[in-house]
Amino acid sequence: MKLRGRAWKFGPDIDTDRIIPARYLNTSDPKELAKHCMEDADPEFAKKVQPGDIIVAGKNFGCGSSREHAPIAIKAAGVSCVIAKSFARIFFRNAFNTGLPILECEEAVEGIDQGDEVEVDLGKGEIRNITKGLTFKARPIPPFMESLLKAGGLMEWVKQRLEVGGR
Amino acid sequence: MGMTITEKILADHAGRKEVFPGDLIQARVDIALGNDITAPIAIGQFRRIGAREVFDRERVVLVPDHFTPNKDIKSAEQCKVLRDFAREQGIIHYFEGGEIGIEHALLPEQGIVVPGDLVIGADSHTCTYGALGAFATGVGSTDLAAAMVTGEAWFKVPESMKFVYYGKLGEWVSGKDLILYTIGDIGVDGALYRAMEFTGETIRDLSMDSRFALCNMAIEAGAKNGIIAPDEVTEGYVRGRAKRPYRLYRSDEDASYVDVREYDVSRIEPQVAFPHLPENTRGISEVGRIEIDQVVIGSCTNGRIEDLRIAARVLKGNRVAPYVRLIIIPATPLIYHQAMEEGLFEIFLEAKAVISPPTCGPCLGGHMGILAKGERAVATTNRNFVGRMGHPDSEVYLANPAVAAASAVKGYIAHPEEVVKEV
Ligand code: SF4
Repeated sequence: MKLRGRAWKFGPDIDTDRIIPARYLNTSDPKELAKHCMEDADPEFAKKVQPGDIIVAGKNFGCGSSREHAPIAIKAAGVSCVIAKSFARIFFRNAFNTGLPILECEEAVEGIDQGDEVEVDLGKGEIRNITKGLTFKARPIPPFMESLLKAGGLMEWVKQRLEVGGR
Repeated sequence: MGMTITEKILADHAGRKEVFPGDLIQARVDIALGNDITAPIAIGQFRRIGAREVFDRERVVLVPDHFTPNKDIKSAEQCKVLRDFAREQGIIHYFEGGEIGIEHALLPEQGIVVPGDLVIGADSHTCTYGALGAFATGVGSTDLAAAMVTGEAWFKVPESMKFVYYGKLGEWVSGKDLILYTIGDIGVDGALYRAMEFTGETIRDLSMDSRFALCNMAIEAGAKNGIIAPDEVTEGYVRGRAKRPYRLYRSDEDASYVDVREYDVSRIEPQVAFPHLPENTRGISEVGRIEIDQVVIGSCTNGRIEDLRIAARVLKGNRVAPYVRLIIIPATPLIYHQAMEEGLFEIFLEAKAVISPPTCGPCLGGHMGILAKGERAVATTNRNFVGRMGHPDSEVYLANPAVAAASAVKGYIAHPEEVVKEV
């Protein structure tokens, strides 16, 4: 699967309160959440982001709360993928469980600027900066998580087990 | 080779003799927890896949504590999702109205989580229960949904880091200061994906309330869990509360750690974390004059009885500074009751504090004390991210309850010694 869009750059330690502030957590409607996506990091983001765009951020992206509203808001805003130097662990889990592609790659984060055109080949774990003509290799996804993704996410995987076991 | 306490608990729950860091395991969970923010999504997922029954109605715990008493129509509807589900499924540990307390104070207090448990909670501060010698970690709503159906969750066994504390704590120094100091040392991703094991003679002498505060903030260093091996203090706490039999695990002498750090606590003074990250810590003597508008004493970090007692000791005979609001939030109904019986409320009211019912409230910028643009707060909570307590241009400084109370009296961030008259 190939993803393509413009890069939105953010610094290190972007916490879940900046991705989706708690004042909007009285709902879990993806459309509502998308309106406030990244609001406390960049108030213009939700208005300007285009379908397919890619978030490129520093270390520890998604630190803080366990709210799944964070990956949901990012996905619903049209973002196709997040590339970061590292991810906070609950965010990492949630992204896989909700089907938001994420890639860890320090070099790509260094080599991509705001507004660059970026293409991602998820299968190969390859990130291309079209604007600058650079290619990067992301850290491969652990095989177990790949099997979850193949099943169509955690709940689909559970559903398959339910159908076999019959609870 | 020996195993750490974290590895032992994970191995037993995965039905294995041993596990190693990096192993992916499927493990049985003793408790699966959700709240009014995260459970509605999980319940939606549960229904979407056509599940009909939770795996065990005594082990799925639902606590609507974030926006309760409901702050608006939307949050009332979220809570209704929990209520309807709890009623339909016959959930035993569902809390309502005057039973509601902040989940991470409530579950240990009610004996719902016990030593040796494996707990997942769709709330990042689930790591608090590590103070009981349990493996407890925060997950997302989908993980919770899966566990509600299957009673299991998948984990990557974390590497462990060992933190050894020795020496005697200074008078106004508590578990909160130890963890703030430690996060200041290793950074907000200093324990990313890892287990933080807290040990040493100082920990042995630490009260349960201080231990809870310590483990509560392991997530603020990126950790998967924080944990303290159970001892007499732990047993003293769980005796008479535990709703299930428990098991005491300890790390082997020859267990392996990726990192071992030692701290002489006699050199640690009360800590203050500056905006906008918990790692921006300074000793109170290096804070300078920082004027404040609000003080919050509460949360799953520091809303327990010991915290309220120390706040009362500082506030006694004092009054909150002009134009400053002090909001005190006992974390559970039991703590609320206890504080009332001990006469702490009289001290708080005379000092002109607001006493809130148990709720997360302002800790996450929900309600009950939101900051306006440009305002500053000192809070005993655990996060000082941008906009955490209100307007994106407001600021939160994290501190222990004694420093928070002293700051309310002075109107700027102050050392308790500046305020306490007795001694
Ligand atoms: S008190 Fe604060 S940190 Fe604790 S569970 Fe509530 S919102 Fe989360």
